[in-house]
Amino acid sequence: MGSDKVIQIKNLNVFYKNHKKSPLSKDRKVHVLKGVDLDVYEGEILGLAGESGCGKSTLAKAIVGMNKDFTGEIIQKYQDAQMVFQDPYSSLNPSKKIGWLLAEPLKVDKTKKWTKEEIDAKVKEIIKAIGLTENMLGRYPDQLSGGQRQRVSIGVALMRSPKVLIADEPVSALDVTIQAQILELLQNLHKEYGITILFISHDLRVIYQICDHVAVMRGGIIEEYGAPKEVYKNPKCDYTKELLVSAGIK
Amino acid sequence: MEIILDVTDLHIEFHDHDKPETVVEDFDLMLEKGEIVGIVGESGSGKSMSALAIAGLLKRHALTKNGRIMFDGHDLLTCDRDILRSYQGDEISMIFQEPMTSLNPVKKIGWQVEESLRIHHKDMDKKERKRRAIEMMTSVGLREPEKVYNMYPHELSGGMRQRIMIAAAMIGEPKILIADEPTTALDVTIQAQIVELLRKLNKEKGTAIIFISHDLSLIRQLCQRVIVMQAGNIVETGKVEDIFRAPQMAYTRKLIAAIPQIDL
Amino acid sequence: MKKFLSMFKKNKATGKRNTYLIMGTIITGLIVIIVLVGLFYTPYSPTKMDSSAKLQGFSFKHIMGTDHMGRDVFSRVVYGSRITLAIATFTVLIGAGLGTIIGAITGYFGGILDEFTMRVVDAMLAFPSILLSLVFVSLFGTGTYQVAIALGISFVPSFARIVRGEVLRCKNMDYVEVARLQGVSDLRIIFVHILPNITGVLVSTIMIGFNNAVLAEAGLSFLGIGSQPPYASLGNMLSDAQSYLFSRPSYVLGIGATIVLMVLGFSFLSEGMKRWK
Repeated sequence: MGSDKVIQIKNLNVFYKNHKKSPLSKDRKVHVLKGVDLDVYEGEILGLAGESGCGKSTLAKAIVGMNKDFTGEIIQKYQDAQMVFQDPYSSLNPSKKIGWLLAEPLKVDKTKKWTKEEIDAKVKEIIKAIGLTENMLGRYPDQLSGGQRQRVSIGVALMRSPKVLIADEPVSALDVTIQAQILELLQNLHKEYGITILFISHDLRVIYQICDHVAVMRGGIIEEYGAPKEVYKNPKCDYTKELLVSAGIK
Repeated sequence: MEIILDVTDLHIEFHDHDKPETVVEDFDLMLEKGEIVGIVGESGSGKSMSALAIAGLLKRHALTKNGRIMFDGHDLLTCDRDILRSYQGDEISMIFQEPMTSLNPVKKIGWQVEESLRIHHKDMDKKERKRRAIEMMTSVGLREPEKVYNMYPHELSGGMRQRIMIAAAMIGEPKILIADEPTTALDVTIQAQIVELLRKLNKEKGTAIIFISHDLSLIRQLCQRVIVMQAGNIVETGKVEDIFRAPQMAYTRKLIAAIPQIDL
Repeated sequence: MKKFLSMFKKNKATGKRNTYLIMGTIITGLIVIIVLVGLFYTPYSPTKMDSSAKLQGFSFKHIMGTDHMGRDVFSRVVYGSRITLAIATFTVLIGAGLGTIIGAITGYFGGILDEFTMRVVDAMLAFPSILLSLVFVSLFGTGTYQVAIALGISFVPSFARIVRGEVLRCKNMDYVEVARLQGVSDLRIIFVHILPNITGVLVSTIMIGFNNAVLAEAGLSFLGIGSQPPYASLGNMLSDAQSYLFSRPSYVLGIGATIVLMVLGFSFLSEGMKRWK
């Protein structure tokens, strides 16, 4: 393969402490990720599939550094991975206007001092790239629809032009028609900006639509990996088969 | 076939803004006994509003409802509240999208499943209620119903909670079950299980189901007939297979196109 | 401000007016206007005694009558309200300011700091606030400013509690995670990202705090601590009037009614603002 690895995950183990119920009982540790190995290649869209509770989000949080309590290695070529969350209703600050939300990542950028004009120009560029118009900049999040909010969330993540974007179930809370539009947007951004995307979803159909590779995860272990077409045609493990059946594919 | 529900010209209008806003216009629905009908549309298309009106749950000040909803010889829009209340939860039941918020967090599962018996069958004794609840919980596919009976909602997964909601809705053996996006908040695998469960209950108990979803592919799995709604209007209606084979309206085609296609 | 004004219009959704807010604004506004005018003009000097006109009832000449030294009660009430309002404002500023900072920081960071601060807060809340204020007054001495500071400090715990709770609620929202991912500093997250989301709660708490401050100040002055004669706050005057409660009930009536009105106005305002939409 000619392409580089942007993220290399080697033998990643994550434990969660279960809060003790009484002072007498001991803290229980839950083993969430059990030795995950995964490579993300430059410029690809990698799909991470699995049910809720299988450790998908934990993996994402470990990559972006929101969870530092792990063993194993995460080697990143760029340190600028940004994340888009599932629920567009809680990921935008309700007391701020869209323009402010988009400008904030640049105002707090430690690597570069942005002037007001530069920020304005970038905000205008991004609002166009995410398929919204400039008159949206003066609105508050609760004046937007779910799909528009998710576009803004993606826009916020893109402001500092990251090389890697992690999208954690970005379309699961949306209507099917809106899902299709957001997927299309992600694909366009992927092409236009050459961003590598780690796309997390429980829906194998959605992953098939936009991903170059798919990793199927269950109980903290990656059970299967490959190109979606191959994996869906000849699923090796039973769990993948089960997922395919419930998605109405097989 | 026997027609158990006949909705004609249902018209719902909100008055809470300067201009009156029509959310449902000329909604018609004839439901046969034991049939599964799907209503599909995006959020804001009026599908949930129509369902809430049928279930008699639309109660707001700034609202007008017109038309007729005939059930069991009564017009549910104009009949006495007592009559409506005697149907609610017993003859007509409803389940909602969020299994997390539709259950009361401080009440035990068993208590919540039995609630409708307590209201509509006051003469039933405690033992019989529990027997019926356990039986219902078994038939919605809960393992160890005796144990779950004494648990609280937060101890259950999303899929199990939705099964509990279905058990609570079905315990009075209703004629009509309205399911408003019952699988949207769930994982695909669990979605498939819930759809399978609804199909099974429909077959075994003969309950007619109105299944509301934004996902045509789910409707295709479960329903015989579908109503496509957009902006408060019915744009197309017919057999599910016909609509998939030859959609008449551009909007229906858009909904079909939105289903992720997989060609292996 | 525009938002505030729009609240006086009929709510389109319910077709109702926010009566609490309107009543609160009218009452509080009236009191504030009278106090402001009192800065430049009162019918009589609040300290001028007239031995020929002691303990008079309500009349056009003295609308709230005169006190046991023949001073015009209305003029004194206007003057006393100014002191009471000033102390209440100062108290709330200290209480809300310190309380918000402490509550926001402990709530956001959590851990040992939070645990420790909250136990201190619990301990302070365990005492009746009037007792707590007395302790502080005995530390700082009596006088108008001292009372304001003492009351302010005794108000800090309840504000800290409320703000901490709100910050705890907000800090687990995804938008805080998003901000953290962008490298926004913790202090900026607390004060720029989170705080604007709790202004609703904060404002109505401040109004209730105002209320409590007016009552607490009256209470302290009634006990003889607080602003000293010949200038008097409402509580002071009430304490003087107490001895004539049965022989001259009209004396106490004007002062009592003013305190009740003031408290009522703030209560209505806070209730109205809770329905901020």
